[in-house]
Amino acid sequence: MTTLAFNLTVSLPDFELQTGEVALPLEGITAIFGPSGCGKSTLMKALAGLVPAQGSVALGETVWQSGRQSLPVHRRGIGMVFQDGGLLPHLSVEGNLDYAINRSGGTQADKAHWVEALGLSPLLSQWPHTLSGGQKQRVALARALLAKPKVLMLDEPMSALDWQTKNQLLPLIKKVVKEARIPTLLITHSPDEVERLADWVLLMERGRVQKVSTLQAALSEPDSPLFDHQGAVSVLEGAVSQVEPTHGLLPVQVGDQSMWVLAEEILSDEIDTVSATIRLRVLAKEVTLALSPPQGLSVLNVLQGEVEAMTPLSEHKVRIRIQLPDGQGLFAEVTALSCEQLGLHKGMPIYALIKSVGVMP
Amino acid sequence: MSFLHLTPDEWQSLWLTLKLATYTSGILLVIGMPLAWWLAFSRCRCVSLVSAVVALPLVLPPAVLGFYLLITLGPYGWVGETLEAWGFHHLAFSFEGILIGSILYSLPFAVQPLRDAFASMPQTPIQAAASMGASPLDRFFTVILPLARSGILSAVVIAFAHTLGEFGVVIMLGGSIPGETKVVSIAIYDYTQELNYEAAHRLSAILLITSFLILALFYAINRRLMAPMKP
Repeated sequence: MTTLAFNLTVSLPDFELQTGEVALPLEGITAIFGPSGCGKSTLMKALAGLVPAQGSVALGETVWQSGRQSLPVHRRGIGMVFQDGGLLPHLSVEGNLDYAINRSGGTQADKAHWVEALGLSPLLSQWPHTLSGGQKQRVALARALLAKPKVLMLDEPMSALDWQTKNQLLPLIKKVVKEARIPTLLITHSPDEVERLADWVLLMERGRVQKVSTLQAALSEPDSPLFDHQGAVSVLEGAVSQVEPTHGLLPVQVGDQSMWVLAEEILSDEIDTVSATIRLRVLAKEVTLALSPPQGLSVLNVLQGEVEAMTPLSEHKVRIRIQLPDGQGLFAEVTALSCEQLGLHKGMPIYALIKSVGVMP
Repeated sequence: MSFLHLTPDEWQSLWLTLKLATYTSGILLVIGMPLAWWLAFSRCRCVSLVSAVVALPLVLPPAVLGFYLLITLGPYGWVGETLEAWGFHHLAFSFEGILIGSILYSLPFAVQPLRDAFASMPQTPIQAAASMGASPLDRFFTVILPLARSGILSAVVIAFAHTLGEFGVVIMLGGSIPGETKVVSIAIYDYTQELNYEAAHRLSAILLITSFLILALFYAINRRLMAPMKP
């Protein structure tokens, strides 16, 4: 695993970015998350060498910047995808792909591969201005991969897309990044994108790097910045253990326990379901607690675990963190009254009844 | 097509005019591009001053520009004097002199479209090209020039057409020396002074039609050139 180590300062007339010492483990997808205007894009551009910064950057053994010495952008080996794609408007889609190949020593076979994987064959002779937002991003992604980068940098690639296009592009990004095995930085202000794609999370706020942690660690904080108006969220990872749906449902193994999800939610996303790891999203407010295995309920998904922590949210509400036997965590939100009636305390065995599960392929 | 029966002198004037316009637009492209780039992106406070200087020929009577050039480039001006001291000829009443005059006179017409083209150019394609391993020179030729092509075409064509019609600067600085400074507009002026309206008519018609054709061609090319990039 490579590390991207940096300590950068960027001073703009009305904004200052100061990262402090950061060592980013480049493994899978690292989300750079924070509210709009917190300096995410500036950080990425400073890392790429596109905006002048003071300080140091090193990718593994390769020094990108040290004091006044700075490796120019074109020698850093970065694949970039911009908010608007950043396609060269005077070249066709194929011309854009060739532009990358001609400078990276890529082959026509590489091109054919990514054209196929990203569904670009019908677009090759088109001009960028005729493409839809989602098509532009797919071309930009293929082009970035054909540049054979050491790091991929995606600057809010989905912020300009409608939710349907976004839903199609998200699994595609995940798939190709995994397949290309290129460590990826993803800028986003959407918790949903983080929960679906990220392995690591770099949290930013007002020009400062707050924290670097795994997605699970970032989500286990009771007041994680990833929680939006819907409250606390848990992301459970599981493996699809069966290909043929039963009553339209597929079992997903979470540790030793099974959860049932609607098969159409998985299958609609063109993903190889056999033993694929998928992420399940559970809202804390959709979780009900019981002291014994419940019976006579319509709820299909019940997970057994133990109370790990209890955090009062308000005078009458408590957020409970449950640890599952396989180490994954699950949040539940209950009233202070229920908490008292059930006599909840740390280490207590508990059953979590999950009313609805979102599938995030 | 009786107006095409030109005298050798008239052919010479025409040829001289085309030569002057070609040299002017070519040189303006070379010096206009870095100047326009600097004006578009420099953070220096002097940008407004330099912009004003570049734009001066738009508002000054050509006679004023011609007058100052005459006293600078002529035998008693500091440029002319220096040249003479080094054994060269001063620049008043010479082709080189009116070429310098033309360049200054058409400078704003070349710099303005170039500057607009550079300033309005989207930055992400250039940054994307850099990320794909394109060096600054590579980016200049493969991204910046193609993206600025409409501005470049405008600069060249307008500088060329503008020079075709130049009069005031030439008459102040160059006079009317056949084969050296007697461009078509000067020849028309001379004919009119001699009341030779037929000859003046001939040359005027040629200039009018040529200018029109150049501009018509320019707009046609520009539309086609920009078609694949229209947002």
